[in-house]
Amino acid sequence: MGMTITEKIIAAHSGVDSIRPGQFVYADVDVCLGNDITAPIAIEEFEKAGLKKVYDRTRVCLVPDHFTPNKDIKAAALAAQLRRFARQQGLTHYWEVGRVGVEHALLPEQGVVGPGDLIIGADSHTCTYGALGAFSTGVGSTDLAACMALGKTWLKVPESLKFVFKGALPKWVGGKDLILYTIGRIGVSGALYKAMEFCGSAIESLPMDDRFAMCNMAIEAGGKNGIIRPDAITEDYARGRTERPYKLYSSDDDAEYAEVHEYDCSRIEPQVSMPSLPENARNARDVGEVLIDQVVIGSCTNGRISDMRIAAGILKGRKVAPTVRCLVIPATQSVVKQMMDEGLTDIFLAAECAVSTPTCGPCLGGHMGILDKGEKALATTNRNFVGRMGHPESFVYLSSPAVAAASAVAGKIIHPDDL
Amino acid sequence: MSDGKCWKFGDNIDTDAIIPARYLNTTDPAQLAAHCMEDADAGFAKKAVPGDVIIGGENFGCGSSREHAPIAIKAAGISFVVAKSFARIFFRNAINIGLAIFECPEAAEEIPEGHKIAADIKTGVIIDLTSGKRYQAAPFAPAMQEIIAAGGLMNFVKSKVTA
Repeated sequence: MGMTITEKIIAAHSGVDSIRPGQFVYADVDVCLGNDITAPIAIEEFEKAGLKKVYDRTRVCLVPDHFTPNKDIKAAALAAQLRRFARQQGLTHYWEVGRVGVEHALLPEQGVVGPGDLIIGADSHTCTYGALGAFSTGVGSTDLAACMALGKTWLKVPESLKFVFKGALPKWVGGKDLILYTIGRIGVSGALYKAMEFCGSAIESLPMDDRFAMCNMAIEAGGKNGIIRPDAITEDYARGRTERPYKLYSSDDDAEYAEVHEYDCSRIEPQVSMPSLPENARNARDVGEVLIDQVVIGSCTNGRISDMRIAAGILKGRKVAPTVRCLVIPATQSVVKQMMDEGLTDIFLAAECAVSTPTCGPCLGGHMGILDKGEKALATTNRNFVGRMGHPESFVYLSSPAVAAASAVAGKIIHPDDL
Repeated sequence: MSDGKCWKFGDNIDTDAIIPARYLNTTDPAQLAAHCMEDADAGFAKKAVPGDVIIGGENFGCGSSREHAPIAIKAAGISFVVAKSFARIFFRNAINIGLAIFECPEAAEEIPEGHKIAADIKTGVIIDLTSGKRYQAAPFAPAMQEIIAAGGLMNFVKSKVTA
């Protein structure tokens, strides 16, 4: 019997030739990470257990991205805890403000994670790196603490679901729309505990940034990981960038899947997920009249350079509606720089957007764009739970950068073609 | 075993509802407990008393990986959580920190709010003390039982490091 790409990577990291879904393994971890919210608990657990040294100072990443630049005194203490531990342990992968970016954009960009890796992160969107053909999953702080000590983690081998995307993508439809559409079909627990493998002709021609956006949101369907077979597009991205040798895995033809879903992309329209679950996806043209107070373009889902290009392409020569606050948050310092080099920052400023330094900020209702009672935001982020961006009685809608930018101009949610 | 009054919640109770991000600038369990379940039921932390039980629907604890969620529940004195299903990171976190959880769709469906319930982590037996009805939760895999028996993941890790 063949194995899926997910099973192969877990097997290779567990010292066995073959593996079956449901099996428990202690797997070797190539890279583990935590942020300024989750790592403090991991550090406390690590030190409380009397542990002295991390298993490998080049494999433990600490990324202060959530409440940074420090939003208040308590957040400053959390960031200081990361800084102190990183220095004490001599961690090679710690980034200070001015160098840091949103973790799941930063680590691939810096080549810290690559194809074939097994990665765990104390952040649910760690599943993003599956776009590189890696097995990558979110865990908790205590899991991170244990991994920092042992370089291993316990895993239950997940069953795999296969999602086949056929046909050409219509204009304005990208990876974000595909994943919102998918979650809309299977629901927020449709992939609970399972691997989501994305394939098909539309995926084979999908750029990396779109692949990251898709795998990023596997967790929003309850998935353990999202994964895409690495190909020439992956290798173009990884070559010369990934700091360790990488390995390409792919699923066998006779690999077993718990379910196979096939979607015709030519029929998929730009998507919007209505409050307050990502599964409430519908066509942008079918949302009715939704006036918005805020637009957020950024995050670990859609804060990469191609997202900024799409948004700027729509905002060029236009202005954000007077009733809207439009926040543009490039995910890393490189994206900030590239936006400037390409003239995108000028376009955003001329359109009267606020352009921010990299941060997770408003995505989780942390800072830099909190909603008041009754306010509505359209965001390129990944979650629209109750109170996610601020007041428990505020509302978050999710979309691609194209829909977000067009809606910022219109003052209400619209399809980019209707601008 | 414990016997507390149960509080019922619906499907897809996410970690933002269990402990909103506006309180994540601390890791102090007592401070987190004061806001436990706040965006699902604003008065929960005040009315729940130590020993009480939470019953959830499908996909309990979905969303963020924040361990602050099971920590808040545990620190609020909730003795255990029963749900139809758990989101996977919440499930790991609960096991790792020693919050007792039981996956049992029948119990989660049938037991009404306010009933007193008891449960045994070793056997997975849940008893509705008010009605007298017994339920059997899904058993934990041996690998998880090892962690539970060690008293949480870090104790388990310590035994590995010193072994």
